[in-house]
Amino acid sequence: MESESYSVGKEGTSMSKYVLMQSKSPWESGDVAQFYGLARELGKAGGEVTFFVVQNGVMAARTGAQDTAFDQLLGANVRVLADDFSLRERGIEAAALKRGVAPGPIDEVVDLLAAGAKALWH
Amino acid sequence: MATITIGIMDPPYESANTPTAFRMVDAALRKGHAVNVFCYEGATALGFAGQKQHPNAVHGASIEEEDHPNPKEWIKALLAFAAQRQVKLVWCNCGMCVDERGVEDQVPGVCRGSPVDAWKYCEGSDGVLLIGTE
Repeated sequence: MESESYSVGKEGTSMSKYVLMQSKSPWESGDVAQFYGLARELGKAGGEVTFFVVQNGVMAARTGAQDTAFDQLLGANVRVLADDFSLRERGIEAAALKRGVAPGPIDEVVDLLAAGAKALWH
Repeated sequence: MATITIGIMDPPYESANTPTAFRMVDAALRKGHAVNVFCYEGATALGFAGQKQHPNAVHGASIEEEDHPNPKEWIKALLAFAAQRQVKLVWCNCGMCVDERGVEDQVPGVCRGSPVDAWKYCEGSDGVLLIGTE
């Protein structure tokens, strides 16, 4: 498993694939901003990071949502996807998402898991 | 094809985490990946065979009209789908968690194990996701 998920970075450090799933909105848990921060740091350290917002986690991805920590995540070296099913449940159109967020199916997570990505849920 | 292990902890009827987990299992099976599901704590009641549909008196709906979905039916459907696709799906409950809750009567196909089995599933998997309650 490890041999598939690791590659060697420019300076000899190991780089990994990560998928972080955020299921809570930033207004229901103070931990959410910490989770955004973890994703940013992993990306900064050279990891290949996908941040997948799901369930109420998609609420922060709306254009009008006031969430500085999420906006900082969008400016980081992290791919941010919003679960298309969760968006439909909440009546959020793809056009209403912040720049830097793309709608995506849950298959994206499955593909990453199958490829050996390290996964974290919050 | 890969092997994926998903750990679930939430009890039925309480969290959106449960349908999300089921959606991931479904998506993985559709792609032909083998899947291990390990249910811990309250999640061991997901496959409890004693779950019953109910009418909705507030809305005046009968049992049939309400058609309330029970998670045991989703598990049965996923197991049937895996069998149809000839893809391995293991649905394992923590035995001690089952005993604590008195939910020994599970739908066919759900097995009983221990955290040791969960560890083995993880060791043999390409990817692991634990969906915690908090």
